[in-house]
Amino acid sequence: MSVNVVMLLVMGVLFACGVYLLLERSLTRVLLGLVLISNGVNLLLLTAGGLPGMAPLYDSAIEPGAYSDPLPQALILTAIVITFAVTAFLLAMIYRSWVIARRDEVVDDVEDRRVAEQSHFDFEEDSEIEADTTEFTSEDDDAAARAKAAVAAERRQASAEESAGTSDESRNREAR
Amino acid sequence: MISAVSLAPLAVALPILGAAVAFVLRRHKRSQRAVTISTLTLTLLLECWLLAGAWTNGAQAVLIGGWAPPFGISMVVDEFSALMLVVSTAVSLAVLLYATAQGMADGDDDGPISVFHPTFLILVAGVSNAFLAGDLFNLYVGFEILLTASYVLLTLGGTTARIRAGVTYVVVSVVSSMLFLISIGMIYGATGTVNMADLGVKLGQLDEGTQMVLHLMLLVAFGIKAAIFPLSFWLPDSYPTAPAPVTAVFAGLLTKVGVYALVRTETLLFPGDRINSLLMVVALMTMLVGILGAIAQADIKRMLSFTLTSHIGYMVFGLALGNLAALGATVYYVAHHIIVQTSLFLVTGLIERRAGTSNVDRLGSLAKLSPVLAVLFFIPAMNLASIPPFSGFLGKLGLMQGGVELGTPLAWVLLAGAVATSLLTLLAVARVWNRAFWRKAEDAENPDPLLLVGAKDGGRVTTYSHVANFPTSRYSDRGDTQLLPRTMVGSTAALVALGLALTVFAGPLFQLSDQAARQMMERTPYIEAVLGPQEGTP
Repeated sequence: MSVNVVMLLVMGVLFACGVYLLLERSLTRVLLGLVLISNGVNLLLLTAGGLPGMAPLYDSAIEPGAYSDPLPQALILTAIVITFAVTAFLLAMIYRSWVIARRDEVVDDVEDRRVAEQSHFDFEEDSEIEADTTEFTSEDDDAAARAKAAVAAERRQASAEESAGTSDESRNREAR
Repeated sequence: MISAVSLAPLAVALPILGAAVAFVLRRHKRSQRAVTISTLTLTLLLECWLLAGAWTNGAQAVLIGGWAPPFGISMVVDEFSALMLVVSTAVSLAVLLYATAQGMADGDDDGPISVFHPTFLILVAGVSNAFLAGDLFNLYVGFEILLTASYVLLTLGGTTARIRAGVTYVVVSVVSSMLFLISIGMIYGATGTVNMADLGVKLGQLDEGTQMVLHLMLLVAFGIKAAIFPLSFWLPDSYPTAPAPVTAVFAGLLTKVGVYALVRTETLLFPGDRINSLLMVVALMTMLVGILGAIAQADIKRMLSFTLTSHIGYMVFGLALGNLAALGATVYYVAHHIIVQTSLFLVTGLIERRAGTSNVDRLGSLAKLSPVLAVLFFIPAMNLASIPPFSGFLGKLGLMQGGVELGTPLAWVLLAGAVATSLLTLLAVARVWNRAFWRKAEDAENPDPLLLVGAKDGGRVTTYSHVANFPTSRYSDRGDTQLLPRTMVGSTAALVALGLALTVFAGPLFQLSDQAARQMMERTPYIEAVLGPQEGTP
């Protein structure tokens, strides 16, 4: 199969610029990157059809090999329409993101951050059971109640610390 | 008498027509609901007929527009695609009823919700198109239809969280579609065809290196869609923010379409065990990384999203083993997983409604407050964790038998990983059970007020108006809204029952999936259904 070198070069440049833009944090640049890549793909499909020939309108006088391949063109047409719809949707989404948050950026997931920062100690599952769990605790009821109160206090303190930590975090983000 | 298979294109056309009518009727809620639900019911009946036809006659193809096979568009119905069609549409119907009931209960008849019904039907059309596609480009179009519909559903309402999640989801999906399109271009350049049956014959004649490149390109493109380990990061990030029914249908269907495409790639386009070891390692990582992520989560929706990616690993495992027993079990496991994962997400939606949150740290007492909810959660949760006699156990048993049959050291490592993942799944769902259902709400760190409030006359709390006067309640102005509307509970229960039916009818279903697997391993029935009898077997 023979190919057109200029097409290959253009395709390479489109893909390279597209990937570069896609890796940016700004949504508008990501969108531009996607548009460039999709144009690169369309050229690739066109190249896959081989060298251009006659328009594929049937005429008994023309050799079958002289036509250009119509299938890639049909594929490209479909791909263009799909890209058009997706681009329109992305633009609407970027605009919406701008309207509600005044930012044109990919934002971190808050819940991800929270999970990453949580301590691996879990009160419910990992704490020592200080209260005696046996049923025969007639004289130790007071001790059990005291132990339970201690656990509750510890937990309150920990959750207070945690919430202080997260509010610090959010303040830092605001400052940034 | 027309055969069922000649009506196969209707499985795509009916939902699209229904979507158009539903869109026209967007001002008339009642008729819009009626149109959507009846369209989906009709589609389901048609697909049951297709399944019956495929069960007796094997693979059949319909050539659209009467064009000769490698040139025109063909749709192929075989056991696997027919089973997927029936299961996916049945699940979609249950989710649709659930969503409709939710919309009716909340009374939000205005605003962007009016696009929900048409978009949902388009999603179903896209999924059906992907399952029926007989050529790669039609598969691509099916993917695009369902993805575009899913973009709209995921960002429904356009809140900050959904837009944030939507951006990740849309960009990742578009990149994977581009990779798929690049692979199609390269495959067309190498073979001059995009018809899958024709490719099944011609790809084998290419030289080894070219085959490897094309194979891996497709693997990456479908791997992103199916959320396989290094490419699964986007899923738990984007799914949990969507409305409950939307997350449920996404979890059930979208990744499975990716798995379906992977199965077709591995069996029809590139048979042989060229990359089976790679797939096995990937499957192991998918299972373990996913389930470890699930254990760290406090939010039930996020936990379920991680188990979803984890259990995709089982399907890849079955595919990688490459023998008949494992492939048959994979087919069964995909059907099982669609149903169970969707019902769990629906139940989580109900939990969120009843308790005001889906964060397990703030939940408690649910087993006492709502025993129905407890049963509806417990059954699919145990099913997911593969406790016998549920269908998850049967599917995994089949996979393990396939692994033992193969018997390589890597297969044994995977068996151990699969068992560990299963136990960790049990741990993850048991934690949710212990906290949300079993403990008292008072013991929770910061229990939601909805769990603590009691009805004044000592009866059950059934509507939001019971908490209307709560000082800091976010339900203060919701009026007399039902907490657990009957239709929502009913459709969830129907899906849970369908999950149980997979156990009851395991015999015939395993027979069907084995038949599907044998047909896919042989390859000739599929190829001959499209291209007609072949002289030299490829």
